[in-house]
Amino acid sequence: MKMKEELIIAGFGGQGVLSMGKILAYSGLMQDKEVTWMPSYGPEQRGGTANVTVIISDDRISSPILNEFDTAIILNQQSLDKFEKSVKPGGTLIFDPYGITKAPTRKDINIYRVDAMNTSIEMNAPKSFNMIILGGLLKIRPVVEIENVLLGLKKSLPERHHHLIPMNEAAIKKGMEIIEKI
Amino acid sequence: MFTFPLVYSFTYYSFTKIKKIMNEEIKLMKGNEAIAHAAIRCGCDGYFGYPITPQSEVLETLALEKPWETTGMVVLQAESEVAAINMVYGGAGTGKKVMTSSSSPGISLKQEGISYLAGSELPSLIVNIVRGGPGLGTIQPSQADYFQTVKGGGHGDYRLIALAPASVQEMADFVGLGFDLAFKYNNPVMILSDGIIGQMMEKVVLPPFRPRMTEEEITEKCPWAAVGKPAGRKRNVITSLELDASLMEQNNHRFQKKYRLIEENEVRYEEIECEDAEYLLIAFGSSARICQKSVEIARSHGIKLGLLRPITLWPFPSKIINRYADKVKAMLSVELNAGQMVEDVRLAVNGKVKVEHYGRLGGIVFTPDEIVGAVEKMRNEE
Repeated sequence: MKMKEELIIAGFGGQGVLSMGKILAYSGLMQDKEVTWMPSYGPEQRGGTANVTVIISDDRISSPILNEFDTAIILNQQSLDKFEKSVKPGGTLIFDPYGITKAPTRKDINIYRVDAMNTSIEMNAPKSFNMIILGGLLKIRPVVEIENVLLGLKKSLPERHHHLIPMNEAAIKKGMEIIEKI
Repeated sequence: MFTFPLVYSFTYYSFTKIKKIMNEEIKLMKGNEAIAHAAIRCGCDGYFGYPITPQSEVLETLALEKPWETTGMVVLQAESEVAAINMVYGGAGTGKKVMTSSSSPGISLKQEGISYLAGSELPSLIVNIVRGGPGLGTIQPSQADYFQTVKGGGHGDYRLIALAPASVQEMADFVGLGFDLAFKYNNPVMILSDGIIGQMMEKVVLPPFRPRMTEEEITEKCPWAAVGKPAGRKRNVITSLELDASLMEQNNHRFQKKYRLIEENEVRYEEIECEDAEYLLIAFGSSARICQKSVEIARSHGIKLGLLRPITLWPFPSKIINRYADKVKAMLSVELNAGQMVEDVRLAVNGKVKVEHYGRLGGIVFTPDEIVGAVEKMRNEE
C-alpha cells in the first residue's frame, strides 16, 4: 500500500515549528520518500503564529498548498482555532495543552495530547520541546522510522550542534511515552 | 494539419528518478538555494544582486558557498537593483555568463537595464521570485508579474525568453537551460517563479559541474564580445543606441526574426491527464502544482479534468492550446493574479471555446478545492 501523509505543524514563531518540519522532511528524504516542506515565511517567523506544511509520500507530490490534512500538530490556541476544522474526517490532531483555553471538540477525528511544554521544563531542556512533540507524533503516526529521524536530525543540524542529538533522542522517546488519547 | 514545434514534455519526477539511477546525491533544499547552487555548477561567471524577500536566499546561499574561492565566480551585493542589472550588462558585454535575481519591486527597478540587454542582444539570466503587488505590496507569493515578463516590462519591441519552474528541481535545471538559451539566441532570459517555489524545500539533484568558459572559449563563441581588440578585426561595440532610424529599423527586424525563430524552436510545456479531458486547466509555476491536486480531486468526483502547464511563458504554447480547444468543453486559466495569462490563452483559442479565469490576489494563494469549485461553477453555467 502506497503511503502519503499530509501534515501541518502550527504554533508560535520560536517554538521550533519550522525546524520540526525540517527534521521530518529530512527523515522522509532518508527513507527514500518524496517530500515537500512549505513554510509560512512571512513576518510570523519572527514571532506571532508560524506554520509549516510537510508532505511525505511514495508518489510524486502535487500541491504544496493544501486545504485539509491527515494530521495537524497544534501548539497554540490561535492555531487550534484555525486548523481544527482542516483535519480530514478520521484524521489526527495532536496538541500541547499548555496555553490552550478552549480544547478541541471534534468527534470525527482522533485527538491526542502531549504535555510537552511542562515535560521539557521538568527535563530541564526547554529547547527539546519540539522533539517531545515529534516523539508523540511518531508514536501515533509512524510515517518515518526513528533511525531515519536521527539521520534526518544529523542532516538538518549544523555540525556544532551534533552533540545535542542524544538529548533530542531522549526527548523523542519521552514524547512517545507521554502522548495520550483524549 | 500543422506540425508541432520541438516539445519537451518532461516532469521533475522522472528526472529525479533517472538521476537516482546515476547515483547522484539527492539533496533537500529551498528553490532559492537550488538556484544559487545551480548557478555555481553551471559555470556562471558572476552574480550581482540585492536582497529582497522572498528571494534573499539566492544571495545568502552564494555568500555561504563562497564560489570565488572555488570556481572563481564573482558574487557581489550591489548598492541597488539598478546597479546590479547594469553590472550584468557590463559582464554580459564581455561574453561572461552573468545573472541577477530579485523580487517584483526590485525587478521593476531593473526594467531599464533589461530593455538595454535586449536591445544590445546580450545573453544574461534574470530571476524574479514574485511577491504580491502593486507597489511595495506584500512578501507573499503572487504571479502578477506575468504581463511585465512576457509583454515587455521595459521599453521597446523586445522579448524575454521566460521559463516558469514548478518545482525545486526545475529551479535548479532552468538555470543551466536559461544560460544555454541566452547564449544560443544572444538574448536575456527570465526565470519567473514566486515565493512558493522559492521558499519551499523539496528533493533536488543538482546539475553536474561545468567549468566556466575560458577567455579563449569566449573569444571563439562570442565574437561580438568586448574582450579587447586584437589586430586585424574591427572593434566590438556593445550598445543599444542607433540614432539613424533606418538602421534602427534594421536592428528591430533582426530582433523580430530571432524572436520568430525562438517561437518556432523553444516552446515547452507539460500535459497532465489531458488525453480524455473535457475541461482543461491552464496554469504555470506554483499554480500548476496546486492545479495538479485539483485534477486529482476532480477526477475522484468523476470530472474529466486535465492540466496544461506552460513551461515557457514566452514563447507561449499557443499551438497546443489551440489544438485542445477542438477537444475540450471549456478552459480555466488559473493564476495568482487578476487575469493575465488568460489573455494569451484566449488569443490561442481564438474563440473556439469558452475560456475563464480563476485567481487570488495580493499574496493570497488558492487551495486545490477552490479551483475544483471554480471548475464546477463553469460546468454548471454551460
